[in-house]
Formats: sequence, structure tokens, C-alpha cells
Amino acid sequence: MRVPYGWMADYCDPGLEPRDLAEKMAMTGTEVERVVTLGPPSPEGFVIGKVLAAEKHPDADRLSVCQVDTGDGERTIVCGAPNVAAGQTVVVALPGAVMPGGMEIKQAKLRGVESNGMICSDRELELGEDHDGILVLNDGPAPGTSATEVLPLAEPVLELEVTPNRTDCFGIYGVAREAHAISAAPLSPAPWNGGPIGPGVDSEAGDVERLDDAAGEVKTADRVRIMVRDEELCPRFTARGYTDVKVGPSPVWLKARLIAAGMRPISNVVDITNYVMWLTGQPMHAYDLDLVPEGELVIRRAENGEKVAALDGDEYELTDQMVAVADRNGLAGIGGMMGGSVSEVSASTTTVLMEAANWNGPNILRTSRDLGLRSEASSRFEKQLHPDLTLRAQAVAARLMVGICDATPMTGLVDVAAPPPSSEPIRLRAGRVERILGLAIDADRQAEALEMLGFGVEREGDDLLVKVPADRHFDVTREIDLVEEVGRISDLDRNLPATLPSGAGRPGGLSRQQALQRRAEDSLRESGFDEMVGWSFTDPAEADRLRLDPEDPRAGAVRLANPLSEDQSVMRTTLLGSVLGTARRNLSRGADRVALFECGRVYLPSGAFGPGPLGGDFPGNTRPPFNEPQHLCALAVGSVDPSSWRTEASGSDFFALKGVLEHLAGGLGTAVTVERIPGAPTQPFLHPGKSGVVRAGDRPIGWIGEIHPLVAAEYDLGSAVAFEIALADLLDASPVGEEAYRDFTPFPPVDRDLAVLVEEDMPASSVLAVVEEAGGELLTGASIFDVYSGEGIGAGEKSLALRLRFRAPDRTLSDEEIEPVWSGIIEALEKTGGKLRG
Amino acid sequence: MVERIEEIEAEAKAAVEAADSASELEETRVRFLGRKAELTGILRGIADLPPEQRGPVGSTGNKVRKALEGLIEAKVEGLRNAELEKSLAGDRIDVSLPGSPARAIGHIHPITRTRRMIEDVMVGLGYQVMEGPEVEHDYYNFTALNHPEGHPARMLQDTFYVEDEEHVEQVLLRTHTSPMQVRAMEASPPPLFMIVPGKTYRRDSDATHSPMFHQVEGLAVGEGITLADLKGTLLAMLREIFGPDREIRMRPHFFPFTEPSVEFDVSCFRCGGSGSLDDGSRCGLCKGIGWIELGGAGMVDPNVFGFVADAGYDPDSVTGFAFGFGIERIAMLRHGVGDLRLFFDNDVRMLEQFS
Repeated sequence: MRVPYGWMADYCDPGLEPRDLAEKMAMTGTEVERVVTLGPPSPEGFVIGKVLAAEKHPDADRLSVCQVDTGDGERTIVCGAPNVAAGQTVVVALPGAVMPGGMEIKQAKLRGVESNGMICSDRELELGEDHDGILVLNDGPAPGTSATEVLPLAEPVLELEVTPNRTDCFGIYGVAREAHAISAAPLSPAPWNGGPIGPGVDSEAGDVERLDDAAGEVKTADRVRIMVRDEELCPRFTARGYTDVKVGPSPVWLKARLIAAGMRPISNVVDITNYVMWLTGQPMHAYDLDLVPEGELVIRRAENGEKVAALDGDEYELTDQMVAVADRNGLAGIGGMMGGSVSEVSASTTTVLMEAANWNGPNILRTSRDLGLRSEASSRFEKQLHPDLTLRAQAVAARLMVGICDATPMTGLVDVAAPPPSSEPIRLRAGRVERILGLAIDADRQAEALEMLGFGVEREGDDLLVKVPADRHFDVTREIDLVEEVGRISDLDRNLPATLPSGAGRPGGLSRQQALQRRAEDSLRESGFDEMVGWSFTDPAEADRLRLDPEDPRAGAVRLANPLSEDQSVMRTTLLGSVLGTARRNLSRGADRVALFECGRVYLPSGAFGPGPLGGDFPGNTRPPFNEPQHLCALAVGSVDPSSWRTEASGSDFFALKGVLEHLAGGLGTAVTVERIPGAPTQPFLHPGKSGVVRAGDRPIGWIGEIHPLVAAEYDLGSAVAFEIALADLLDASPVGEEAYRDFTPFPPVDRDLAVLVEEDMPASSVLAVVEEAGGELLTGASIFDVYSGEGIGAGEKSLALRLRFRAPDRTLSDEEIEPVWSGIIEALEKTGGKLRG
Repeated sequence: MVERIEEIEAEAKAAVEAADSASELEETRVRFLGRKAELTGILRGIADLPPEQRGPVGSTGNKVRKALEGLIEAKVEGLRNAELEKSLAGDRIDVSLPGSPARAIGHIHPITRTRRMIEDVMVGLGYQVMEGPEVEHDYYNFTALNHPEGHPARMLQDTFYVEDEEHVEQVLLRTHTSPMQVRAMEASPPPLFMIVPGKTYRRDSDATHSPMFHQVEGLAVGEGITLADLKGTLLAMLREIFGPDREIRMRPHFFPFTEPSVEFDVSCFRCGGSGSLDDGSRCGLCKGIGWIELGGAGMVDPNVFGFVADAGYDPDSVTGFAFGFGIERIAMLRHGVGDLRLFFDNDVRMLEQFS
């Protein structure tokens, strides 16, 4: 909302520099985005001049040599405008004046004739858009008068960022009332209530009743029939007719104000509707009444597919969810949005119907969204205006129509209104303000603040009974809203103490899972991995790049209805795509290796209720629409450890990454196992021979492996290894914080080694499992310290070397005691096909 | 004879003294204490001496022998140590070469670091940390936060909607972390002190808007909680984050789910809130204003309590405040990151700047 300072000052001049006013407004709830100055940077050097004579320049056809009285005497000015003539009152920029844009006016010779200034056009002064000629003022003030006395030169304009609840601040008068409450400077009566309307408009023209006394013979009701078929969508529709309307350009001051407000002047009648909207907050629309057959307008829901040619030159197709204004032939406008071109006011218009109507906010909002059309009118109506505002607008418009268009109003207003919204006073209980704000404000001061804001206040002991003005009706409906009003006008910034809640809550803290997640992230950091944060959305083609089967639930579970682009149109179901993409980007930018990890959510179809990201459910009564488990994905391309002067770094392989995974699990006090499922690839995007399922206990929690060369190629990578696990499952397996101490023995261990030949495909973990099973309680440790195949070993076989440790809690073991266990182990190994090596 | 032994002792001591290598010392040992040495001979021949001499000669001889043995041994050790020192001094490395790294060290993303810092501060103030769903029902994101259908405030946030036939109500990507206010209150009665860090989404993309970003929500509900408590809480938090000299400014604002509502600013930590630097130039961080805008807050609107009345939230007995702000914004301010998009570009040259 653009607020020209001078326009606001018609009603309240807070006597503050615009910047200081902006600051105060910001501190009371209305953000001022910026303060701009329209027109020349300073009014200095712009004066009223009287053209005494204008003659053709002897050496230039298009120039005139003018003698201009500028109060300080007569001066010669060369002017290029075609319309300059003797007798005109004009604006002169004297030498030294600075034009908008910074050009300084200087004495200069133009084709041999000395020129001592410049006669200005509207456009040069940023007062209008006409550049056809100079700005000619009507019966102007005396030559030499500063031009600012009649024109808004160097006009500061406040650009307000009005919050959607404050429909009152979408009108100049509402902003003036706000300035009044902030500064305590006097506020003049409202323009619909005897207050000023504009520099050129007789403020004695009176209110609606007096206007009707002066109105012509014709009654509005005789010429206009309004039928509202849907009171819910159109709670009020008011209309007044005018005859003898003289359509033409608006006076300079009106045009200047509209331009300062950011609107384009069109013609006086249309400009009046815009001016009234800007002043009162209530939009209007003007019809050429002669183009409305029988003066009949019906406000109804549109039919599906019904079309209307709107004033912006476009045709809109409506639905039965939208409200339209129809005449006998078809649609004449989209209710609350835009008028139709069929009854548009033009230069030949003489009879006008002025509409001020009230529309259903949510409906206008939806229509605006569905049509992709937003107008100054709809942006006000969508926030729900009060039906009574229509009368204000009609009152102001009438005085402007008379004062500017020389129109004769028809008698009476056609007013079709649903029962008005009820407006009971609100009780503001004593002590309530302090209870909410934590700052005591006495009842007198509360009443004063509310009254300055336009509320009616009655005292009842220390309680206040507060009546809400129409333009705050939908914003202030409850006691709490009054607390806010009192608070924001009470210089809270300075007065409000800073305290901490005194009541006892529960102790703060991270949950166990949250603490362990940090530990997991830190573990990867310690392993040399950089954490990244990838986009939650991805490209639907990613599933293809990862060779996911279209039937795979991970081939896109959550699809956006209105994505910014196709590349970001589905929610990711795996972190791998984000991590691969980031690896590619870094390598293409010159990194020679990357080790990345991400700890983030993936979005999957909901199975059972929950689970939340770290296990358990999200709180709340309604389960979330999808599952959002937190995953952890790590990827290495090239070596994790950098080369040094002592060692040449080698690329990361499966086992390097498995070590990282084991370090991660170990840091959480647990362990994972990896198992290759014979005959089936672990994941379509992994090397089938160098990948496996990651388990915590029996539960599969993810995968690890070399990225399939075809997938790696999709991301311009050579060899890469990665793992991805569901974090909740790993944290579940962690005993951290719940460890139970077990006593340990003082008796020494006995270590024995053995080597066994097994089939190449036999997993080492199975061999260990057999050994551990057979070893019983006395076997306290078994590990593999060598794997060998090749010379001396049969094809399809490998040799595993194991170190076994035996120990008893209560005695030193003797060879005799170990012997039966040892042979049991060997027997078990042989039973599974193992052959003991000498 | 005793005199002779004493002479031998003096001779031997001089010889040990003079020896300056292990081999010389060995020679000396053989000469004075060896099988053929004079002292050895004397001690061996004691039995042949007259009885009155046997005692003194025996005891003196043995004493001298012991003394010499100790002397030689000490000398041997001294020489060995000297030789070790000499060889160590010659065994040199270039200590200025880099150490061999145990492992490369990775980095935690600045958003994670910032989130953790905020969590730690709020935990210290007695808050719990909670997570909420990012794909959310319209009800939690809007309706129960006092944005009825058709409310213009819904237009303030450009929302991503999810294609979804399964759910009756519209499903969306949460536009703020605030839906968790309602979920948390549904789940546990007052008093409630919690924060919710997490991803949020709005349909907007340029240097200062990202379609995905991170917020922290705070909610405190209990008996007697006031707007002044909100101010104190935010001030305490901001001083932990931006330094002990910071001040806070609250500007009245509008949010559908708080009443009264405010936006809050922190005094600029570069210029100290004056808006200009020591050299008189305008502070670029706060653009000369002295304040940096951080987030929105306010007292929980009674209408929101109305949606969780069953869970024990009666606006006549409890009050509460809520606040929210962007994690990226804090990280950008603290670390001087100029472009929001850098956080999601994940260039390792950026990531590696944060340990």
C-alpha cells in the first residue's frame, strides 16, 4: 500500500520526518518497506509562472520563445511544447532546480536565444504521464509562489507492508488514524463524515443526506434494478446513478495522487473509483448506465463455462464457484474482481452507475487463485471487508462526481443488503492485559489507546466495554485482540521487561535417539566424511538412473501437485541420488576425491502408524500422511585418506567403506553384519558381487556396496562405494547408556591358530559362526587373520586362518581341558565341508 | 703386602680413569682383576702367608677388588650412555615434515552445526527437542493454526501440495515448523516447553528464498506465561548465539496463530547496533539500521488452544508463547555466508570451512 505523505496529512499530520514515522509505524505493527520520494529531489526552484507572451523561435520551428512572469520579474524561457500559449499558468523550473533523475536546470542558449529556466510537463515532474505538452494549471496562484503549494512536488511516499488482518490500512484514512494513535497529532473527520476529500473538492458539499437534497429529479431506483441472488457471496450491493456526467481527464492534483499511489490515471470517472478505494479502502466500479439494458444487474453465481470480457482486455471463463454481475445480455463483470468491457465508461459516457459492493472474502480469494487474476479490488475484498464500508465509498464518490465531473446525482441509493454482521461490544477484563503481556497498563491508558484507534470505549469498573469500528470488524473480535491493540500502542519495545517463565516445566534435553544421531554424524566426520544437506525433492527420472524397477515402492512415493520444476517434483525415497549428484558436481569442479555423507529423511508410503524419523511415532492425534524415516548414507569416490609424503593413497574399496560402517556401529556400542544374498543382487544400483545387506542383529537395516558401473556412469563417476541405512534401526540396536557391567576374569587366555580350506563362496562369517557354535563357553574369541587363495590351493577354494582364544572365568585352562573343545570345532568345520590344513 | 695392594688400587684407579672406550676398559679390567692379575695372585696365595698377615691382606685385597669392580662397572655404563647419546645425535629427522594423518577429518554441515547450537542453548533453558512430519495434513499446517479455509493468510505462504488420492484432506509440505505446536499439545498436557528444528518448504526460489529451508519452532505453555517471558527467552537465546551484549527488539506484527504477534530483531553484532562502523561508514550487515530481523513470535492464540482443549489446554488457565526463525539465516549471519543457495550446493570447498 503506497501512502503519499501529503495525502495522509490531509487527515493527520504527525509532524514527523517520513523516516521517523516509518520507524514508529514499524514499532506499532505496520512495516514500512521503504520511503521513496516522487518528483524532484527537492521542491527548491520550482515556482508558479504566468506566460505573458509566446512567440515562435526565429531559428527553430518547434521552439517557442516565451516571456514568463515568475514573481521575481520577467524572464525569457525557450519552450519546446506545442501547447504553450500566452495567459497560461505553468510550473517553471528556475536555473538551479534539480529535475527528477538529477538533471540540474541551467541558463543556456537554445539556437541563439538565452533561456532562463524550463516550463515543465506533468511527466517531467512525475505528476502524470502526459508528455504532449506542458502542464497548464487552472486559475493559478500568483507568479513566484512555490509550486509545492499547489502540487505535490518532492512527495515522500511510504510503501507499507500491510498485514492481511489490517484492511483498514488499505485506505489512506485508516493509515491516518494509525498515525494519529502513534503520534497523538489531531485527526480530522473522515472524508465520508465531513472531512476533506481532496484539494479541489468542496468539503462543504456535505454528506449523503445533504447530497440527496441537492440531487436531481431522477431517482436511482427508477433507473437501476439490482437483484442479488446469492447473499452469501454478495452480502451488500449499493448503487447510485449520475446524469450529465462530463468525462474527461482528472485534475492535476487527483492524477498526481493516483500516480503517487501507484495507479494509472484513466479518466475522471474511473479515477474517482480508484481514488475512493485508495482513500476509504472500499473498491468501486463505474458502469456506463446507458450500456446496461434497463439498468438491470443481477448478482449471481456464474454458470460453468460462462465467459466474460473484462476491462483488462482478456476474456475469462468462470465456474459456478464464482460470483458474476450479469446484465440482460450476459455477464457484465466478475464480482469483486473486475468489471466487464460491455458497460465500460468511455469519453462519450454521460450517465454513470457507481457500484460499491461487498463480497465474500474466501470466495474472492479462491476465484482470484483459480482465474490467476489479482486486482487492487480483489486484493482488498479477499481479506473480507465490512458491508458498511460501501456507504462510505458512495458518500465520498458522490462529492467527487459533483465536484469533478459536474455530474448530477440521482436521488437515493439502491442498497441491497443481507442482515449486517452482528457487532456486540467486547469486554476487556481488568488485569487481562497484564496477564498476557506481563506489563501493567492502567485502565485509563488502555481506554485512551483504544479510542485513538477508533474504538468506542465504555468503562464498567476496571473493565472496558469496547465497540469495534466497521473497518476493524473482522480483525478485532475477541478480548485477546484488544490486548494486542493496547499493547502495540503502548511502546512495548521500551516498556516490556525481559523475564523468563517462572513455572516449573520438565527438564530440557535431547532424547536418547537425538543424542545418538549426533554421535553417528560425528562418527562419520571422524572417518573423514563431509556432511551434506541435499534437496528433499528430486527428479522422477532418478529412479531410472538408479535402475529401480517401476514397481519398486521407492520409484517415487510422494509426488508434488505444483512443483517448481520437473527436476524437483517428487520427494526422495533414498539419499543415494542426492549424494551421487553432489559427488558428481564436486568432481566436475575439480575435487580429486570426495567422501560425503548425509543424515536426512526419505519419504515413503505409510505402512503401519509411524514410524517417526528416529523410531517411534510422531506425536499428535492424526498419523502423518507418509513415513519419514531418517536415513544415513555415505559415499566415497577415490581415497578417503589423502596421500602424504610417506604413503600413496589408494582408492576406497568395499572394505574401506565397511570399516567406516563398522566404526559407526562400534561408536554406538553395537555391531553390524553384512551378508550377500546368493543369486540375488542386493540392490539394482549395486555391483552384484560386491554388495550386501547390512543387518543389526537379525534385522536388515540397509545396504552397502560398490555402485554398479552403469549407475556410476550415469553420474560420471568411476568406481564408488556407498552404504545407506535406516538410522532408527541402528540406534535401536545401540546399548549406549544401558550397558550392564559384566565381571572379567583374572585367569590367562590360551590362543590357538588353525587354517581351514573352504569353498570360495562360503562366507567367512559362516565359518566363524560354526566355530563359535562348536566352541561353547570356553571359546571367548575367534577372528580371521588371513585369507589366501591361489598357488597351493585348489581352484574354487580358499584358505582361512583363524585365531581362537580360550579362557575360563575361574581357572587357568589346561591343554587337556581345551583338547575336546578343539576337536569338536574341527569336527564341526569338517562337517560343513571344511578341510583342516596341516 | 698390604702396601702393595694399596699401590695396585691407586694404579688401577688411574688406569680406569684414563680409559675412554669400552675396549680399553676391558683391557684394564683384565690387567687388574683378570686371572693373571697381580691382585688375583695375591688373594690366591693368602694361605701361604704367615697367619698374622692372612687377615689384613685378605680383607684389604677383597675390599680393593670390590671397589675396582664397582668402579669399572660405573665407567662402562657411563661410556655406553655417552656412545648412545652420540649415536642418537646423529640419527636426525626433518621434524618440519607433515605428520602422517591417522585419518582424514570430515566436516559437519553448517546447518547441522547451527541447529545443534540452538538446540543446546534451548535445552539449557529447559526445552525438549522434537521432530515433526514434513509431509503434513492441511489441518496441522493451517486449520488448527487458526488459518481457516479461505483465510488470506494462507496466501502469505506459497505452499507445495502433494498429489494424493488416499487422504480426504489436502496433503502438503509443511510451510513452517509450527504444525508441531498442535501435535505436541495433542500429545502432552501443559506445562510444555519444546523446540522443533527441521526442514520446511515454500514455493519460492531466488538468492534469498529457497524452496527448502530450515526453521526452529519454540513453544512454551503453562500457567502465567507472558509476552515479557517471550522477550526474556528470546533475549537469552540470542545472547548465547550472538554474544552477551546483544539487545532484542520486538515489533508488533500479524500471524494467525499468535495474538499478540511480533517480529523480533537482534541488535547488530557488527556495529553494536549503532548502524555505523568505527570509520563512520554505514554498517553493511544491518544496512545501517542497527537491527537484524530474525523471526516471528507471539502469544499462542486462544483459537489454537481451542483445537487442543481436550488435551488440557484451557485459554483461561494457561497462556503460552511461540516463536520461529530460520536456521540458515543464523548460519549466514554468524559465518558471513552471502547466498542461501550455497547451503544446498554442498561444494566441499564450502563444507570444509566448517569443523
